[in-house]
Amino acid sequence: MRSTLKFAVPLAVAALALGACGTKGGETPAAGGSGGASQAACDQKIGMFGALTGPNANLGIYIQNGVNLALDDYNKKNPNCKVTLENYDSQGDPTQAPALAKKAIDDKKVVGIVGPAFSGESKAADPAFNEAGLVTITPSATNPALADNGWKTFFRALGNDATQGPAAAKYIKDTVKSTKTYVIDDASEYGKGLADIVRKDLGAQVVGNDTIQQKQTDFSASVTKVTSSGADALFFGGYSPEAAPLIKQLRDAGWKGTFVVADGVKDQSFIDNAKDAAEGTIITCPCVPPDVAPDFQAAYKAKYNEDPNTYSGEGYDSATILLDGIAAGKDRENMVDFVKSYDKKGVTKQLKFDPKGESADIKVFAYKVDGGKIVSEGEIK
Amino acid sequence: MSTAATARPQDSGPGFRERVDNLPTAAKILLWALFAVFLFLLPLLNIPFITTEGSDFGGVLFTVATYVLVALGLNIVVGYAGLLDLGYVGFYAIGAYTVGVLSAEHGKLSWVVVVPLAIVAAMISGVILGAPTLRVRGDYLAIVTLGFGEIVRLTLVNLEYLGGAQGISNIPKPPGLELFEVPSIDWSSGAPVVDLDTTSTFLKFGINDFVPYYWLALVVIGLVLLFDILVKDSRVGRAWEATREDEDAAELMGVPTFRFKLLAFALGAAIGGLSGALFATKSGFINPQSFELLLSILFLAAVVVGGAGNRWGVIVGAIVVSYFPERFREFADFRVLVFGLALMLLAIFRPQGLLPPRRTVRAKRADDRQAVLEEGEASV
Amino acid sequence: MQFLIDNFAALTVTGLTLGAIYALVALGYTLVYGVLRLINFAHSEVFMYGTFAALWVVMLLGGRPGAGVGPVVFWVAMMFVAAMAVSGLIAVLLERVAYRPLRKRNAPPLIALISAIGASFVLAEIMGLRSRIVAWVGLEENLRDYVRNSRNNAGMPTIISPQPIFTVGGYNVTNVDIFVIIGAIVLMVVLDQFVKRSRLGRGIRAVAMDPEAAALMGVNRDRVIQVTFLVGGVMAGAAAAFYMLKIGITRYDAGFILGVKAFTAAVLGGIGNLRGALVGGFVLGLAENYGSALVGSQWKDVVAFVLLILILLFRPTGLLGESLGKARA
Repeated sequence: MRSTLKFAVPLAVAALALGACGTKGGETPAAGGSGGASQAACDQKIGMFGALTGPNANLGIYIQNGVNLALDDYNKKNPNCKVTLENYDSQGDPTQAPALAKKAIDDKKVVGIVGPAFSGESKAADPAFNEAGLVTITPSATNPALADNGWKTFFRALGNDATQGPAAAKYIKDTVKSTKTYVIDDASEYGKGLADIVRKDLGAQVVGNDTIQQKQTDFSASVTKVTSSGADALFFGGYSPEAAPLIKQLRDAGWKGTFVVADGVKDQSFIDNAKDAAEGTIITCPCVPPDVAPDFQAAYKAKYNEDPNTYSGEGYDSATILLDGIAAGKDRENMVDFVKSYDKKGVTKQLKFDPKGESADIKVFAYKVDGGKIVSEGEIK
Repeated sequence: MSTAATARPQDSGPGFRERVDNLPTAAKILLWALFAVFLFLLPLLNIPFITTEGSDFGGVLFTVATYVLVALGLNIVVGYAGLLDLGYVGFYAIGAYTVGVLSAEHGKLSWVVVVPLAIVAAMISGVILGAPTLRVRGDYLAIVTLGFGEIVRLTLVNLEYLGGAQGISNIPKPPGLELFEVPSIDWSSGAPVVDLDTTSTFLKFGINDFVPYYWLALVVIGLVLLFDILVKDSRVGRAWEATREDEDAAELMGVPTFRFKLLAFALGAAIGGLSGALFATKSGFINPQSFELLLSILFLAAVVVGGAGNRWGVIVGAIVVSYFPERFREFADFRVLVFGLALMLLAIFRPQGLLPPRRTVRAKRADDRQAVLEEGEASV
Repeated sequence: MQFLIDNFAALTVTGLTLGAIYALVALGYTLVYGVLRLINFAHSEVFMYGTFAALWVVMLLGGRPGAGVGPVVFWVAMMFVAAMAVSGLIAVLLERVAYRPLRKRNAPPLIALISAIGASFVLAEIMGLRSRIVAWVGLEENLRDYVRNSRNNAGMPTIISPQPIFTVGGYNVTNVDIFVIIGAIVLMVVLDQFVKRSRLGRGIRAVAMDPEAAALMGVNRDRVIQVTFLVGGVMAGAAAAFYMLKIGITRYDAGFILGVKAFTAAVLGGIGNLRGALVGGFVLGLAENYGSALVGSQWKDVVAFVLLILILLFRPTGLLGESLGKARA
């Protein structure tokens, strides 16, 4: 019987403790920030949603760097009313995304989210953000179908694959003047989506197709397919970890054609790893060349000791939109309308959204790897 | 007999288990009921320290619950029947995709119909995989099952029909009711306060509240546990034990070992499929990324760390494997490193698992006693 | 199909080079399995550390494309020395930290798998976090080039640029192809002779055949196990050096997939059997290439695993299914 007591006593105590204490809430919540509309509410936060650790963290960290830079600018101008960044590290994993989204939604101080960074996690988390009315501006998820879900909180600070794919195809046809093109994708949502658009636009000049897997390192079968097809250009839809060994092995096998890739490869690590094999690679990107925004370029370099990387600028722009909203005294409810009607020049483009939440002003640029640097070849028109 | 047998005195009085066993039945039922109520209220109590800071606690608890379910299923295969399965995620994926394909991608079947179908589909795939491969013995089975898990994942990635890398979106929610609001507890002032703002609607399966899904999972776990207890204590459970300990001897004694192994495989697969179905229901979106090989390894780690063969042990193991990485988000980039270290330490200091099955404990004591007899005293 | 026939030679040669690397890594699995009857899950990380050792040595010695024969031979030799030494060391360390304590405690075999998985995570993560770790020690300025972007790919300068040596069936066989295939076979033969003829090799075979009897005959089991891990590690190191010559790019998680493949190769050939590892590696490398040619590269792993399952159905102990203990002349 003594042991029964041992269990029962703490339980009884716990029950008493709960019973004795009061309640809170239950009435209409007096939300903070609904005071003076002209004055910014303090201690507000913006969220960064994406892979910050784990194997996919590179992209997330490049974005986060841009976001932090925007935050520094803002906090320098508003030293008495700082905004902080809340990180939601999804590791790029759609399984973790919904619970993190809920966490962000429950934190009433979070007025807007930069992210989710990938398309997969966007599909898992955005329905929740939409239901809660918490605005998201993604600096990197490029799947075209994301905008078709009718999510009123969804905004995209860059062009989607449907704008980039045709531009890439056009460049391959008109500038590279390829007549026999091989197309490879990495079976990822991004890579396959993009490659399928390119395949469609190029039509009959596609001499062959192949699909590799992410994290694959040996491409001997694909290399044989490309070289034996006699292709004079290869479009690869995928990311830099696979693009680097792929082009290296192709060049090792003596293939001389033009390697064309998209923004997923616009990353200094591609050149660092593929070394000489990267020379001459054409990279399409719906992003404005850095010389358009030299101030951002310089500030980034000063803070991180390296050049802005893929989507750093988009991260900066996305955060700036939200911070402008905070400065204008917007809270979570009216931030959506603020973003919807936003129209200002950012470091990557004119920041303006169409009714579906897509960037209204998309220009796709071509870049070329030249002397170990990614240099602009101008807009693809 | 190892010379370094760690013989520890085992006479430290009755263990926790014996003490609970000795309680009167009424007290036992009361204790269980209280414990169950506590589990159901857990996501709303927001108990400091236990509650995950970095991610929504209800969502984390649901994930933990799916791991518990998976561990119970895999325990039948690994713990009871002694078959090393490194591709369990395949069944989990088949369950999830059955729900996704039939209720969103290519059909509009209701949740109530789809979940049983998912269980059946996983079970059939278990039989299809098991029938030819269970004749392969021991560690060879590990690589065959590992291959199966990869085949399933790659098929999901590469078949447009199954959604491909895009995955399947807008998986419908289970039918629910909206009966009443359950308040939660707020600890921000130091003492617990009932918070009437943050509530959970009883049995509303929405997008932004994972608590009802957690409750659903708890009910399912309860049912699976009941089933597990009944099967383990039946002729089937004894046949598995005989097969696991000495397959040849069991065969000679007239146990149709192959059929029982296949049964274990099918039952394990069915529970894995059920768990996958719940996962798909709650997340509303699935893609092949959620079914990587690494997950199979984590599932196996849950079973072995907890104590293969002991249903309570594997539950603890599942909690360790799924809860701790979420709880210790502040380790950020070092989470996996710390997790790896923890696995190594657990393996070294609890080689029989956190809660080893009673049989193993008995066998180990007998071993130790024999060591004492053989060598005069146990060396340390 | 037509494509496979047209490019049969190319697919065969590249498949064999890949298979040679699988085979060398598979040896580590097979040796440890033969002696301890356990799957050394962390062996993939032993390989991964070898790739980094090779990479760093080439960086340290200023390896660059287009150098003369003298420097190239020196760089390649140092690559192999460094990779084999580091991998061997990691393998021995692994045995000491992750396996020996378990053996002392008479732990069930399954728990060794968990310990190995834990060790595998730890080893991979240390490499993935090397920039952070180096920053703690305060060496980030000196080692920047070695640890930069530690979650990302790390590429090595091409020190041997592939040159066609002769042509088979329309495919230009390169110096790298020949070096990898011949090198791997030579290493295999050396290892085979070592296990067959040396005193330590006899110990390995004795423990593999019957650990208790071997102990009674005065074989020091712990020492034999240590040597087994060392030899497996050294072979993985050689594989890593070949891999860096052929692929030239590695990453903290590069071991995992290759480890799964090598383990598959070991089982395919008959785990515990040295020659089985060689055969398994080549069969797997060829199957992947032919499979990619026939049904598309996205299905190559599916082809590999289906082949494995089929082979195990008809030959339940692998192609050459003999144990290490019974390996005869």
